[in-house]
Amino acid sequence: MHIKYESFIREPLVEGKKDYHQVSEDIVRPIEGKPGRMWYVGFFFSLVLLGYGLFSVGWAVYWGLGTWGVNRTVGWGWDITNFVWWIGIGHAGTLISAILLLFRQGWRTGVNRAAEAMTIFAVMCAGQFPIWHMGRVWDGFFVLPYPNTRGPLWPNFDSPLLWDVFAISTYFTVSLLFWYSGLLPDFALIRDRAKTKLRKALYGIASFGWTGTVKNWQRHEALSLVLAGLSTPLVLSVHTIVSFDFATSVIPGWHTTIFPPYFVAGAVFSGFAMVNTLLVLTRRILHLEEYITIGHLEAMNKIIVLTGSIVGVAYLTELFMSWYSQSWGEMAAFQWRIMGPYWWSYWAMMTCNVVSPQLFWIKKLRRNVIFTFVMSIVVNIGMWFERFVIIVTSTYRDWVPGSWAYYSPTWTEVGFYLGTFGLFFTCYFLFAKYFPVIAIAEIKFVLKGSGRNFKEKMIGYQDMSDEQFYHAVEASHDDHDDHGHSEEKVAAGAAHH
Amino acid sequence: MAIKKFAVATYTDEAVLFPAVKKVRKSGYKLHDVYTPFAVHGLDVAAGHKTTDLHIAGFIYGICGTSTAVGFISWVYTADWPQNYGGKPHFALPAWIPITFELTVLFAAVGMVLTFCYLNQIMPGVKKHVFHPRQSDDTFVVAIELPESASEKEALDFLKSTGAGETNIQVAEASWWYGRFDKTEPYELAAAGK
Repeated sequence: MHIKYESFIREPLVEGKKDYHQVSEDIVRPIEGKPGRMWYVGFFFSLVLLGYGLFSVGWAVYWGLGTWGVNRTVGWGWDITNFVWWIGIGHAGTLISAILLLFRQGWRTGVNRAAEAMTIFAVMCAGQFPIWHMGRVWDGFFVLPYPNTRGPLWPNFDSPLLWDVFAISTYFTVSLLFWYSGLLPDFALIRDRAKTKLRKALYGIASFGWTGTVKNWQRHEALSLVLAGLSTPLVLSVHTIVSFDFATSVIPGWHTTIFPPYFVAGAVFSGFAMVNTLLVLTRRILHLEEYITIGHLEAMNKIIVLTGSIVGVAYLTELFMSWYSQSWGEMAAFQWRIMGPYWWSYWAMMTCNVVSPQLFWIKKLRRNVIFTFVMSIVVNIGMWFERFVIIVTSTYRDWVPGSWAYYSPTWTEVGFYLGTFGLFFTCYFLFAKYFPVIAIAEIKFVLKGSGRNFKEKMIGYQDMSDEQFYHAVEASHDDHDDHGHSEEKVAAGAAHH
Repeated sequence: MAIKKFAVATYTDEAVLFPAVKKVRKSGYKLHDVYTPFAVHGLDVAAGHKTTDLHIAGFIYGICGTSTAVGFISWVYTADWPQNYGGKPHFALPAWIPITFELTVLFAAVGMVLTFCYLNQIMPGVKKHVFHPRQSDDTFVVAIELPESASEKEALDFLKSTGAGETNIQVAEASWWYGRFDKTEPYELAAAGK
């Protein structure tokens, strides 16, 4: 037997008695079986929402953006609010799969696949808003720098709005590639297990003919690591650039240098909340509680309380800076935010984002599934209000009091927003049915170090003296020499050398 | 297409697999490949592979992205159509950093993934021989390429001596081809008939 020792202070990442085959069985089961009634109901409801969204957008395109409630000063209403909200949600997946990979956080393996899928779907939803906001959407390709008959007249490369085009399309592409390269081995598993011809053929195509040779795996590891290295600054750059849309303007309330870090923290905050929303449901409906454990939820709740606090500090810093600037416009903007006609949105934001996540300092609540679920919804509501507050309450009163107006959305804007929920959940339901929602190969990779039954085999080693431990390790290595499992058996390796 | 004969062995424990792979390499048999359901660290070294240069390719693609962005935007704004945007200089390098960064990442990622697919010879529609239906599940598979002159029995006995579970002889396509995984290939039918 080979010793892979990991301290018991670390919770097992996989609960229950598992071996490699059991892991495959557990995670592939929903794909091979028929979905439950809940799946059909949910999928149907998502399609209805998507249909309503298409109708609302179609209406706005046919009659023009005059059917939206946006007016002279509030040019960006619900649509850009929703854009920033969705793109923020789309930050958790890559954070989990890339940054936590670089930090060697083993717990990411349980949640990265679903979180990355969520990222891709959220970015798809986000992308709809600036596209349909163009109004004359058939001219949307004007944002691309292509040789044209108008000069050629190029897009403005100095503008944050064009930076957004590049940032979001790059982010979507790279996330998709990262996600799909991880899916290849799992599709190969489904293909090799498949009992029906159709499934074998389709997953055969989806797996690209992956067979898992040593060299293929070596390149796969290299690819994952470099893509993680590339995605880490990428994920930080995307919301930074989104924040430039506001920060580079000279509108009071937008014109602040704190926006990039503040937006990134808020993105991680809302993204992890959405991951929690989805995973609490997914683990329950697909019976994956042994893979997405309470420990996973707790880890994400810790990140929520951290980023929620960062966002809170950012809100207070904004208030301080508006006073410290002693600029009439800045001070008025923040005074109206707090006490003006939109006071309710400011205080909804403060309550949901800053006050309520502080409850996660209590360990019992961090590990409570129902509380986690409720909080994840609360945080997402709060983060929606944050974007609403930034966009609407900075613009509804401009320098000319005669153009001050109260902005409310019309049914087309609300329908558009609901439609993106339809798009998001349609994609997620299809994903949960046809894709392995947990990275099977990665779980197998950590199983012998962090699975509960494998950890329990190591209990005897906990109480050994150094000398006894040394002899035990020597005995276990008698029949073969060291062959490179070194990073998983830190203690054993230390005794060995 | 090259149909070859293989002696195939399965293992279920990494601790047995590693010495087995080393013994195969010392034995003089030609190791065709080792198939694993997940990445097994150190197996590439045990199987005699050098480290991959994929990341160097990624770096080169990234540099291509950087120079494309800087080169193109500076050509547009200094030569093709200089414009005054808010009093910024025509060569406004700081304003181009975001797009330059994004294109660097985009080129590196897309280029690396395409190179990865090319080197591994994987693509939608590509088919390869699967030596064991559980090689993507819980079984490690070692395949030795057998010349016609070699004794099948000796090879299987040798594999058994390394601690293998199942062992068998398979005649199969060694490389990749365009095909569907639900179809049985002619060489598989011939092997079954024999």
